[in-house]
Amino acid sequence: MSPELKGLLLVASLKVLGLFVALLVGVIMVVWVERRGSALLQDRLGPNRVGPLGLLQNVADGLKNFIKEEVVPHEADKILFQLAPLLSFIPAFLMFAVIPYAAPLPGFDITLPVLGRFVYEGPVAMVVADLPVGFLFIIAFSSLAVYGITLAGWAANSKYALLGGLRASAQMISYELAIGLSLVVVLLLAGNVSLGEVIAFQQRTTWFVFAATIAYMTFHIGAFAETNRLPFDLPEAEAELVAGYHAEYSAMKYAIYPLSEYAALITMSAFIATLFFGGWDIPFTRWDEQVATAWSAEAVVRSALTNLAFLLKTFFFIWVFVWVRWTLPRFRYDQLMFLGWKVLLPLSLVYIVIMATAVLLLERAGVPHTGRYGLWLFLVNVPLVVALVWGLDRRRVLAGTVRRVRVEA
Amino acid sequence: MAISVKVMRRPDREVSYLRATLKGMALTFSHVFRRKVTMQYPEQTEQEGFWSLSPRWRGTHRMLTDEQGRAKCVACGLCPQICPANCIKLIPGEDEEGNRYPLIYEIDEFRCVFCGYCQEVCPEESIHVGVHYENAEYERERFVYDLERLCAQTHPVSTLWDPSDPKGE
Repeated sequence: MSPELKGLLLVASLKVLGLFVALLVGVIMVVWVERRGSALLQDRLGPNRVGPLGLLQNVADGLKNFIKEEVVPHEADKILFQLAPLLSFIPAFLMFAVIPYAAPLPGFDITLPVLGRFVYEGPVAMVVADLPVGFLFIIAFSSLAVYGITLAGWAANSKYALLGGLRASAQMISYELAIGLSLVVVLLLAGNVSLGEVIAFQQRTTWFVFAATIAYMTFHIGAFAETNRLPFDLPEAEAELVAGYHAEYSAMKYAIYPLSEYAALITMSAFIATLFFGGWDIPFTRWDEQVATAWSAEAVVRSALTNLAFLLKTFFFIWVFVWVRWTLPRFRYDQLMFLGWKVLLPLSLVYIVIMATAVLLLERAGVPHTGRYGLWLFLVNVPLVVALVWGLDRRRVLAGTVRRVRVEA
Repeated sequence: MAISVKVMRRPDREVSYLRATLKGMALTFSHVFRRKVTMQYPEQTEQEGFWSLSPRWRGTHRMLTDEQGRAKCVACGLCPQICPANCIKLIPGEDEEGNRYPLIYEIDEFRCVFCGYCQEVCPEESIHVGVHYENAEYERERFVYDLERLCAQTHPVSTLWDPSDPKGE
């Protein structure tokens, strides 16, 4: 084996292992954040007995699920029933593979005892797979997650589970469109589908939350639907569907569903941070953008700090997911479809046209891709956001259920 | 014919998607900083003043005793008669002077529904329900309280509702 191949394998396996462990620990931590966070929002304390601050409560609950009895319904499709939890678990983890989580480290040429020489040329990108088609990868795998849910609903052979699965697929189709179209705006701006390039572009100009505010809004709303979180947790809807798609699951197969939901939650938060909040970019500084060529304390500190920035941003969005969940009630099914098809879809289409025009004009005017480019786009967005929040409100143009009922009556 | 739905006319700021959502989120976030209502039971207790029980709380029973330390019960048989859960076992006895006393007096606290009728009906004000809630035991049999145990309880007794003083003033 050549030293280059060994270096490649070393880097790849370390990154995969590290990310996998980080995500698994992250999922447990996020469950903790959810439980303690919901308690805080409800004037309670939440689980605080097992381990320091109750951190081990979820480990205890997970262990409990391992020793519980697995019940497979007699009429269930046995193979699909076993397969479905895995199908919802894997995409959440796979999606994280294309997210860059820190500034790149320099390459290396080291000789270890026994193992021999390892060589890795050039900067080591802090991303598991620096795919040139990062975007398409995300869109493809985020829609794969729904197969786990739909198949669970189908395989269980129960009416509640089936309804939950159907809702999940209908919801996914409706909101995937809005998500995809809001990503088109990001593509228009960045001019590249690799997530590393998207971050680099945001570092040169400005974060896309300012340059493409409405795309961010649409994406964030779609992300709630994509992760089946309140206010869009229709597939689960315990008030009407018992427990929705996982009504028939028990023990660890059941526990996989919340776990994958939280894994998807982390991944979605990381995506929002990457696409619209600069990824691992530290704001107001250019220092983090330099690429180190040789090993130095600075290079290590830079990677650590940018990683910290990425984690902070991701954590903030995780908290927003929790926060929204414990604030808003669930949408009714027709309201969900109305919002998806009649509000978000036309909104993102119109926004694409506006942003495409703006980008075209800026390119024609020869504005360089610097902070000024971002400022111009920001100025385009301000009136749009004002119009959206105060002008195009529900009841005026985007009439909700209220008006439809009145027309029928 | 569509189902007629009562539609409330609310101001725009309340039915808007984004503004109402943000307002609601601000409200829930303000709760993060509010005082928590959770009482951490084994560490914080009633004795330390973290909460208080109502004087009309009806918990496990207590038999009051006279100056000689004997149960005030005269084995009249009213409490097993009125008990809706049939949880009081009473076998009366009589001493040389003709005074009745309970030979056996047992209350099965598992059967008891804590209605407090026994206290209400007692002519001697001897059996009482108590202001007390820590009753855990390791064996089921221990929940049948005999006379000795009922007399040995020290917790405060319940104050029954008085129709002439409905608010307990």
